[in-house]
Amino acid sequence: MRKRLELENLTREQKALSSIYRNATRRIAASPSGICPIDMTVSILKLYHTQSCGKCVPCRVGIGQVILMLEKILNGEGELSNIDLIKKTAQAMYDTSDCAIGYEAARTIIMSIDGFYDDYVMHINNGKCSEGERQSIPCTAACPAHVDVPGYVALVLDGKYKEAVDLIRKDNPFPSVCGYVCEHPCENNCRRHLVDDAINICGIKRYAVDNEGSPIAPKKYEPTGKKIAVIGGGPGGLTCAYFLTLMGHKVVVYEKRSKLGGMLRYGIPSYRLPREVLDKDISFILDAGVEVRLNSDIGKEITIDNLKKEYDAVYLSIGAHNDKKLGIEGEDAPNVNSAVKFLREIGEGNKIDLQGKTVCVIGGGNVAMDAVRTSLRLGAKSVKCVYRRRVADMTALPVEIHESIQEGAKILTLKAPHHIELNGSGEAVALWIKPQMVGVIGESGRTEVKDSTKELERIECDYIIVAIGQAIDLKPFEGIKTSRSTFETENSSFIPGSGNVFAGGDAVSGPATVIRAVAAGKVAADNIDEFLGFDHNIKCDTLVPNPSLSNMGRCGRIDLSNVELENVQGNFDLVTDGMSAEEVKQECARCLRCDHFGYGVFRQGRNIEW
Amino acid sequence: MVNLKINDIPVSIEDGSTILDAARKAHVHIPHLCYLKAINEIGACRVCSVEVKGEERLIPACESKVYEGMEVQTETEKVRRALRTNLSFILSQHKSECTYCVRSGNCQLQALAEDYNIKNDRYLPDPTPESLLRWNKNFPLIRDASKCIKCLRCIQVCEKVQGLGVWDLVSTGGRATVDVKNEVKIEESACVMCGQCITHCPVGALSARDDIREVARAIDDKDTITVFQFAPAIRNTWYEEFGIDRDVATEKRLVGILKRLGADYVFDTSFAADLTIMEEGTEFIKRFSEGKLGKYPMFTSCCPGWVKMLQDQFPNMVDNLSTAKSPQQMFGAIIKSYFAEKNNIDPAKIKVISIMPCVAKKYEADLESNKSTGYKDVDHVLTTRELVRLIKSYRIHPHRIDEADYDPLMGEYSGAGVIFGATGGVMEAALRTAYFKLVGKNPSLNVLDNASTVNYKDAKWIESSYDLNGAKIKVAVASGLNNAITLCKAIEKEKYKYDFVEVMACPGGCSGGGGQPIHMDDIERAEDRGKILHDIDKSYKLRYSHENTDVQKLYNDYLKEPLGEKSEHLLHKNQHLR
Repeated sequence: MRKRLELENLTREQKALSSIYRNATRRIAASPSGICPIDMTVSILKLYHTQSCGKCVPCRVGIGQVILMLEKILNGEGELSNIDLIKKTAQAMYDTSDCAIGYEAARTIIMSIDGFYDDYVMHINNGKCSEGERQSIPCTAACPAHVDVPGYVALVLDGKYKEAVDLIRKDNPFPSVCGYVCEHPCENNCRRHLVDDAINICGIKRYAVDNEGSPIAPKKYEPTGKKIAVIGGGPGGLTCAYFLTLMGHKVVVYEKRSKLGGMLRYGIPSYRLPREVLDKDISFILDAGVEVRLNSDIGKEITIDNLKKEYDAVYLSIGAHNDKKLGIEGEDAPNVNSAVKFLREIGEGNKIDLQGKTVCVIGGGNVAMDAVRTSLRLGAKSVKCVYRRRVADMTALPVEIHESIQEGAKILTLKAPHHIELNGSGEAVALWIKPQMVGVIGESGRTEVKDSTKELERIECDYIIVAIGQAIDLKPFEGIKTSRSTFETENSSFIPGSGNVFAGGDAVSGPATVIRAVAAGKVAADNIDEFLGFDHNIKCDTLVPNPSLSNMGRCGRIDLSNVELENVQGNFDLVTDGMSAEEVKQECARCLRCDHFGYGVFRQGRNIEW
Repeated sequence: MVNLKINDIPVSIEDGSTILDAARKAHVHIPHLCYLKAINEIGACRVCSVEVKGEERLIPACESKVYEGMEVQTETEKVRRALRTNLSFILSQHKSECTYCVRSGNCQLQALAEDYNIKNDRYLPDPTPESLLRWNKNFPLIRDASKCIKCLRCIQVCEKVQGLGVWDLVSTGGRATVDVKNEVKIEESACVMCGQCITHCPVGALSARDDIREVARAIDDKDTITVFQFAPAIRNTWYEEFGIDRDVATEKRLVGILKRLGADYVFDTSFAADLTIMEEGTEFIKRFSEGKLGKYPMFTSCCPGWVKMLQDQFPNMVDNLSTAKSPQQMFGAIIKSYFAEKNNIDPAKIKVISIMPCVAKKYEADLESNKSTGYKDVDHVLTTRELVRLIKSYRIHPHRIDEADYDPLMGEYSGAGVIFGATGGVMEAALRTAYFKLVGKNPSLNVLDNASTVNYKDAKWIESSYDLNGAKIKVAVASGLNNAITLCKAIEKEKYKYDFVEVMACPGGCSGGGGQPIHMDDIERAEDRGKILHDIDKSYKLRYSHENTDVQKLYNDYLKEPLGEKSEHLLHKNQHLR
């Protein structure tokens, strides 16, 4: 029979190529640091050149010519004038290519020249690369506090949970908190991506802290007689206080509220971070000998000027506890709240009754998700998360969004708040939104949205929570250098011109994560020690077990599962289950031990002290 | 203890050992190339890959630890195929010019290729681009990138043993190579030309500048008077490659050989070592008794690698170096003054040629600040390896050459001078004479025997204290620059305080010098070689520098006294000058 149309099935070759593409995608995503960017540009251009169909001149010939020029530079035979020629060549390719395969390749060339101009010059003048520092252990390098991940994963595999957590505490005194709520940037570049998927580092850490038993505070250095004031008892302030205490200094933490923990207590709901987990880390830190003054507001009886005189150094870790306003009509109504205040009240143990109410949460970040899920737990009948952009643009972790929906929230996207409708007694009764449509991609790479021509929409509600960001309360710190509403510091955390003041955490970076606050506290502690004229090292004597002879073959990643909840109402219990003993063993065995295999056995395999 | 089997041979070995260790114990040879015990156990060349039961892929023997019940196979088809492949890979990028390569005969790559019958016809040659081969050929240390096999030993030795970190693995991917770290050239780097990277290079990528031709020209020139000196740590190593014993390879045999080569005069640098002790010992007593030593001790100054490191990294301590020149330079300065005068020779016609176990001595000889007589104190410096090549090129069989005497006037030396070639020797020699000067009689010998070892951070050195006529002095001895650097930092931080410190840049001192013969077994020989020098000292009739009659005559007839005007001019220098 003569064939007319036919069904197309993937050929063996196509299937194999798809697998190779998938591997390559994962591989690029987890590319190691310190790679020569020009060599990488050449490799990528070779890929692009292969993709050229060959019809048009700029793409077929041009990409090849640029590759030759780049290779000449890499071989140390280039001249400075080559850089300009390459850029002009790419511009002509961009201007004349017929399809995206050509002009997007040209754009890559231009990005490479603009982005790594100094490297080009270095190659031409010195015949070598000025690539950044090679980091052998992707997870440790990506962790802001540079926690020894392969080290503690190996210890957990050996069943040495206490030793594992001791090793974490060398760099981060909040192992329990991080085992539950860390954003785990360590997993992003995990080399295991090259094989299958990142290992579940955060989940392994949670298992370790859940099973470590009672931790014992490490030995402190001899007392130095120096005194340091830490303003703000959140993760950053307490980290700084902890390490400085270990170094033998006297540290006093001034905390505005009645309890320690900062945003960990007053921002993160207990169904994500049980309070006993938080309290465990805090009491460990206090046991080291940190002195605390609760309910101490700076600016009234205690002023920054007095502290600067009374103490040898001051660390500002005040966080970002003020809210940001939408600036729309009706925002001041009594039943419109900011997420910061809303979650703080819950953190303080106050009850907000949302029984049977319809709640709108405005925003798309993790704080918005916390507000959404907390509202559901407070008895809201319906919770809608209203967001200006798309789900894909939300800054909240995908798992948070997913779990919010699972618990019954609705995510309304492409809806920009327009105004809030009030009733006669001045209470909000509805949120009006302007429908949006997706637009161009801006310089930053973020997809912009713009007003559509659709009519305003009315979303009926009894309670509105605004979760569009946090601000820093700088008022009590007049005279301390700031820029764009944050403290301005050197990368040592020192505030120039302040005499003896350091700052870090959200108050410097803007709202960020626990682990970044911890890292800021660690960096500040190190530099304050130096500032005070000392050279103390923080170390951990734990011996890391040797790796097995080879790595485990391909194996899936174990994710934490959610607790089965019929109804979340009134239930602030933890929502995720930890790994089982057999799961944690398998997950730990997936670690590729980059501290040993590859570059790690040669350099930067392990820093036993900092 | 762990029990395992290698090629079905049962072995029992300490826990924590590697497969390579275990194989050695079982007398199974596993080839390896990048491996250097305790310094470079990084599994980079993969030549030592073996089969381990239960493992899908091959396992590098050098960095993998043994376990109970392990079963290793080293001679399977898979292992041999992998070995041949990796050796061929290395050869595809290695410029094989074995006919005239300075390492032919003791090149580990050459030996492996020969042993495993590698033809190098499997892969296309992939040479290093010409443009990456630029190097200053006048620099005493030469790197030939075209021969580098990226075993990374040089990086590790320089960083871990010498604490300098001159080398680094630069660039990535196929272009990754060894080069000087950061954006500097070798001349501007922290390199002190100790040559430890050379003696630990398995191939000919690193070598010392070859000055044989200059020396041959001087010998051949009828108008030139050649005066040879050889260092203390030549007598214990020069014959290693000739396969003769020390009782045949005597100092006098070497004198005979050098005379046969055409040397007009031959002396022993040990004479100048005795002279150094007279100057440096006197200087120490002066500085010490005048209370000029504060926080910092007086440091010895015989080792140019150490002196350059101090100039580079601890400029605030340079004033604490003894102002005494090294024995090599003192010898040259005395030859071109006293010796020339006594023998009625125009110093312009003299070429002083040193045989040194050292690469940095080439640098030292070329320094502008080492020209006390207006001429270079020393004209040419050959390493022990160059001496061996020179002897070979003259078709001389050492054991067939008759022994000959040193020339008169400067031919005597003491055992104290001989031990300058091993760590602690300078201190020992100095203390013998200082004791004599202060107490008025000779001390019991081997004053350093009761020294104790200090372990501080990642470094170690030895220390001791002595009662010199009521004055208590504390001394320390370090070798290997990482130890020396850490010691300097510790002194700076006032963790330790000494009065007199001896430093030699190479581990074990000159016996382990960067100019010494290279062997393919990677065994560190400094200690055994040093023992030979101490044995010579022990059985030698003359053991105190101040009893050297040629040195005494030099003072009586010419210099007058240590630290006198003439001595200061000829034998001392401003250590800040290069």
